[in-house]
Amino acid sequence: MNELIEFISENLQITYILILATFVGIEVIKSIPAVLHTPLMSGANALSGVVIVGAILVMLNADPEDYISLALGFIAVVLGIINVVGGFAVTNRMLQMFKKKK
Amino acid sequence: MDILLSIIYLVATVTFIVGLKLLGHPETAKKGNSTAALGMGLAILGAIFLSKENVPNIIYILIALALLIGGVIGWLIAIKVEMTKMPELVSLFNGFGGASAALIGLVEFGNITTSSEATIVATIISGVVIGAITFSGSLVAWGKLNGTLKSVVKLPQYNIINNLFIIGIIAFSAYLVIAGIGNPVIAYALLALGLVYGVLFVLPIGGADMPVVISLLNSLTGIAAAITGVLYDNKVMLVGGILVGSAGIILTVAMCKAMNRTLGSVIFGNFGGAVVAEGVNKTLGTITNTTPSDSAIMMNYATNVIIVPGYGLAVAQAQHVIHELEELLTKKGVNVKYAIHPVAGRMPGHMNVLLAESNVDYSLLVEMDDINPQFNNADVVLVVGANDVVNPAAHNDPASPIFGMPILDVENAKHIIVNKRSMNAGYAGIENELFYNSKTTMLFGDAKAALTELVSELKGM
Repeated sequence: MNELIEFISENLQITYILILATFVGIEVIKSIPAVLHTPLMSGANALSGVVIVGAILVMLNADPEDYISLALGFIAVVLGIINVVGGFAVTNRMLQMFKKKK
Repeated sequence: MDILLSIIYLVATVTFIVGLKLLGHPETAKKGNSTAALGMGLAILGAIFLSKENVPNIIYILIALALLIGGVIGWLIAIKVEMTKMPELVSLFNGFGGASAALIGLVEFGNITTSSEATIVATIISGVVIGAITFSGSLVAWGKLNGTLKSVVKLPQYNIINNLFIIGIIAFSAYLVIAGIGNPVIAYALLALGLVYGVLFVLPIGGADMPVVISLLNSLTGIAAAITGVLYDNKVMLVGGILVGSAGIILTVAMCKAMNRTLGSVIFGNFGGAVVAEGVNKTLGTITNTTPSDSAIMMNYATNVIIVPGYGLAVAQAQHVIHELEELLTKKGVNVKYAIHPVAGRMPGHMNVLLAESNVDYSLLVEMDDINPQFNNADVVLVVGANDVVNPAAHNDPASPIFGMPILDVENAKHIIVNKRSMNAGYAGIENELFYNSKTTMLFGDAKAALTELVSELKGM
């Protein structure tokens, strides 16, 4: 319990962001037509690829001699960018089909 | 430089929120996707060039190489894959994101010392474990959806085993946090535990619940990204991850609601498999076979026809043929509509995406609540590869596992034609008394083949 209070007091900003972003996420998604559920899930999936920023930071901070960290970071960047590029591209492809309707 | 990077992250964060918002409306969805993608590109470039000075060139080269390799792979998969394979693709991509988070955690685990703050240790551990769970879980979901993993595998007492397993992981993690241990071997042990749990978690869940699971795993990846964001005090990861996390939960709950199930019953309940034996023993009467030409005649002279597409349509790639059928009937003066159950197929909106691909007019796709009263006026309902979403047991068999799930009330129509490959039970693994209804005729065969015959019969009339 003390740990939690300590964490909150030390990371007040993060705590605020955490709570507010949660509500933004909920509000933004609310009352979405079922037609868009799949593209939306796909788009959100691409967004979760933001974890690639962390993977890049790992590589930037790695010692060039530290092959394990570099290798793990490298794989993490590859996987992350697959998630990002693939995710956005596939969402775009899905939405392209919706556009064709008259 | 710091300020510039902060501004870039801020802009990227805003594009994520705006992008997600725009994705929620049919007219703006495409713009939303590009907006978010643009923001993501900005954040990635900013992270590479502005977050650290004096980085050896070799590292930049490696990053560029990794981006190139992954970018090309992602692009090719996204462009090449068939639209019917969409749900499993999302699951696969999601798994990659989870793996990325787990790997980051692995690297950071090596930097933990006894003097590390407990909160840091906790974020690293949860990053590894959650990332690993989403990775293996998504891969299992992917395998299940593309048919590689066919059966519902259930260990005896899997609920108890799974729950004990996750409690074990949490207890172990808590111990590590308190002890502040940074031994890399333990990191790999945590990774392995997370991977095993992901498999245990998804394996017993029936295919009918797979959309819910994918959505949930998607949400988890977001949370893993957010945790990594806390670790690096990186706002764009934090907000982006939380957005996906909370949006994913909302989507998951919406899907559960559409099936009248609670999240708990999806995760811990037993859907599919277990009830098959009971259903098979019941005598439900006889089924009546029909031919494409009989079905064609029936539809030709109908006034109102409602088509109910299901996963079988996607499997058979019959979306173009069904559009042809619909156009043909419309030309003949038949009033044709599509009834879209929210969880038809393997993902919410799966049928919409599929039918949009073959240029079906948007306005012909009618959602469940709007179409249900119209079944009374329908002369013919053509069910193509759908099963559980038209199973009357949801209304009248309290013992059925799908009892209470909202379904399409096709039995109210004057006549029902069901196209199915065989009498095998649907994904929920239960019998469907609709097939034995005296108003129902069965048109067995692959959806594409059967519909093609139907179309050519109609053309000759």
